[in-house]
This record gives sequence, structure tokens and C-alpha cells, in this order.
Amino acid sequence: MEKLLGTDTVKRGMAQMQKGGVIMDVINAEQAKIAEASGAVAVMALERVPSDIRAAGGVARMADPRIVEEVMNAVSIPVMAKGRIGHIVEARILESMGVDYIDESEVLTPADEEYHLLKSDFTVPFVCGCRDLGEAARRIGEGASMLRTKGEPGTGNIVEAVRHMRKVLSQIRKVSVMSDDELMTEAKILGAPYEILREIKRTGKLPVVNFAAGGIATPADAALMMELGADGVFVGSGIFKSENPEKFASAIVQATTYFTDYELIGRLSKELGSAMKGIDISKLAPAERMQERGW
Amino acid sequence: MLTIGVLGLQGAVEEHLNQIKAAGEQAIIVKKPEQLEEIDGLIIPGGESTTMRKLMDRYGFMEPIKTFFEDKKPIFGTCAGMVLAANQLTGDEEAYLELMDISVKRNGFGRQRDSFEADLSIKGLDEPFKAVFIRAPFAEDIGEDVEILAVYEENVVAARQEHVLVSAFHPELTGDDRIMQLFIQMVKTSINKAELKTC
Repeated sequence: MEKLLGTDTVKRGMAQMQKGGVIMDVINAEQAKIAEASGAVAVMALERVPSDIRAAGGVARMADPRIVEEVMNAVSIPVMAKGRIGHIVEARILESMGVDYIDESEVLTPADEEYHLLKSDFTVPFVCGCRDLGEAARRIGEGASMLRTKGEPGTGNIVEAVRHMRKVLSQIRKVSVMSDDELMTEAKILGAPYEILREIKRTGKLPVVNFAAGGIATPADAALMMELGADGVFVGSGIFKSENPEKFASAIVQATTYFTDYELIGRLSKELGSAMKGIDISKLAPAERMQERGW
Repeated sequence: MLTIGVLGLQGAVEEHLNQIKAAGEQAIIVKKPEQLEEIDGLIIPGGESTTMRKLMDRYGFMEPIKTFFEDKKPIFGTCAGMVLAANQLTGDEEAYLELMDISVKRNGFGRQRDSFEADLSIKGLDEPFKAVFIRAPFAEDIGEDVEILAVYEENVVAARQEHVLVSAFHPELTGDDRIMQLFIQMVKTSINKAELKTC
């Protein structure tokens, strides 16, 4: 009865257990407990939520390990943490601390503008952002066990998350009806590993779970992403930058589960107070956009 | 054809639905308590037990599932489902549905880095089963009426008590449907018994 750790099944399976759920950004034990009590399936421990990272400017790095540890000790649900794109050592530190999932995240300042982490080398599973099927397939090729659309983090504006989710899913539909002899050219156009594209064509879906992220601010936003085909949602600044985090968190969890029960979502939305203040994407200078980080 | 429901609040719902359908039975997602009346057996899937618990509380699942249980209809809990089915939980946490006389340790095998696969011998199956354990629980104290089906590193990881089946691992993540077949047999038996009573 040999014990195999860190296999693809075990790493991808962990994300499958998160499906239909909400993963919430938290910056301390107190927020982590609020998230857990509201029904989050996991928390993302970080030093600042994306909207504050945006406001603060400068270099955004992996969170102080003390914060990650504090959050891990506070809750019994899984704890994720972000490391910089391509930062092998930040990822290894988080792995050694026993975090349950690492987000190789464009929300932080990339450490490497050319190469992402070789995630298949790690025992800990990784989630990565994507804007289209090529990017999704490249990350899977490197060993990501879970994906999320990038959206535009810290904006409270759903438009980019919608664009990316629609893009990925429409490209999957396109690939799945292609003839075999068209596939290599499509792989070249998308910049996608051929073998992974072939698997997607055969099964008609991604081989890993794909959540929505980057701009979800209300229960209706979360339900919209589920309706479009997300497996679950990440909410970053949307909860703890709202007027009433407890209520927002619980309402977003319920709206994610019952995403087609519009009467319920209406009721949930009624007495929430105001959502986080959003940003018009067109007002962001190109250099302020996080989604272009990574390739 | 049997109708088997999968509690669809959160977690690996689709994987169970696919296995039920592949076995030739009808599968439905249970999102509202009244749907329990339409099904012959219930699966509580893997996922986050705390999340499912909050949603079950809020949407009034507790009593209807207890009634389902008292009507002797079969229930199968995997991982989070096993945690929710236990009569007791190790530590401070209160037990939830209390459907089986076991005490369960949540994340008994540890965090994600301790998650693993192993070939497991299961009572009633000829060949070992490739079992996938993810932040998995195990059962510690086992009541007299509980039949132990599988043990890993001296911890109980699958068990049955009358019409309730639990596993700490995830049969729905593998192509092997033998545990699902075992549960389908339990559902068939329960229907035969119910029919005998009404005759």
C-alpha cells in the first residue's frame, strides 16, 4: 500500500473539492474567521487586498509568513497564499509552511517576466490566472492544477472577468469541434501545448477546475460568473472593502450555490449596504493593468 | 431505474453524477430539501464540510435528511460527507447529522501536502481500490454496529452501518465504480425491503 503524495489526481482533486464555492482574500486571522463563518471554501492569505496593492504602488511581494501562519492557525478550511510569478523561492517557502494551494499571481509584481514556475516540480498544487485558452493550456503544461480567469484585480469591475471567461469557454467550444488535422495549427495560433489541446478537444473541457476572479464585487457578479460557466469564484477586495463584510460574504456564498435562483439573489442583495467602489477599466493606464503580467 | 440524488450545495457534485449515470441509474442534483422526496438514495459529496454545514442550516436540510435516514433510505458520504454523517467529531466541533456511530477526526491525515493516493483493500472487493485521500478525515471510535470496510495505517477509512455508507477517500475521482456499485446495491436492497413491508 505505497503512499503517493502530490500526484496530479491529488492536486487537481483538491480543486475539485472547492467547486461551487467562494475563495476569499483575507489579511488577518479575524477576517479569516469571518470568511470561514460565512461559508467560504478556502481563504487566500495576503498582506493587502488587490485594491490596496493598487493604491499603495511599489513592489508587491509574497505576504509576510507571519500573516500566512496566523491565518493557517485561525481556520480549519484550506489556506491559499500568493507568490510572485516565477519566484521559485517564495513558492518553496509557502510550500514548506504547508499552505494548501499557491496562487502564482499577477496581483503581485512578477519576479520573472519570461518564465512562469515549473509547477509540476512541487508537491503543493498551484492555481494560475488565464485570459484565453492558450494561456490556460500553457499554465496546465507547466503543472497548474487549477485555473482562474484573471479579470482585472482590485477594480470591483466584472467586465474583464466576463471577457476572459467567455473567451476561454468559446475557444474550448471551437477546439472541440475542430478536425484533427486543424489542431496543430490552432495550437500554434494559441501558443498552446499540442498534447493538452488534444485532450481538451477529446473531452470538450479543461482538465482542471476553472474559477472566476478579478473584479467580483456583488452576489449578482458571483452568480453571473457561475452562469457563464465558472466552477467557483475568487473574491478579493469585494468582501472586506464593502460596507458590511459579514453580510456580503454570506450573500456571495449563497448566490454562488443558487446562481439561477434570481428571486433569492435579489433578496440577498437588498440590505447589503454599498459594495466596494469600482474602477472604470478605461481609466486605468496600461501600466496599471495587472492582467498583462505573465504571458 | 433508481434515482440517486447528490447534495449539490458545493463540492465534487458532477463527478458523482457522472458515476451514477455511467452505472445506468438516474442522477439528480439536490439543492432544495423537498427534492429528497424524489430520490431513492442520497450522496453527500466531498467538498468543504463547514461550507456545506452553513448552507444546510440556512436552507433547512437537517430535519428532512434525518427523516430520509429514519425512512431507511440509503445515504453515502464521501470525505466531507463522512464528517457530516458522524455521531461525533474529535475536538471542539459539534457533530452534525449524526447518522453513524463513529467519531471522525477532520483532516485526520493532515493538510493538502499530506494528501495521497494508495491502493486500498476494501472488504467485499476482490482487487485493491485506488483510493484518493484529500485533506482526508478518518474514523477513530467505532460503534459495535458499524461494519469496518477499509483501514489505512490503522485508521478506519470506510465503514457501513445498516443503510449508511461512508468513505474518507474519493471514489468519484477515479474511473473505478465499484464503491458506487456497492451503494447502488444498498439502494436496491432498501427498495426491496420497503416493498415487502407494503405488501
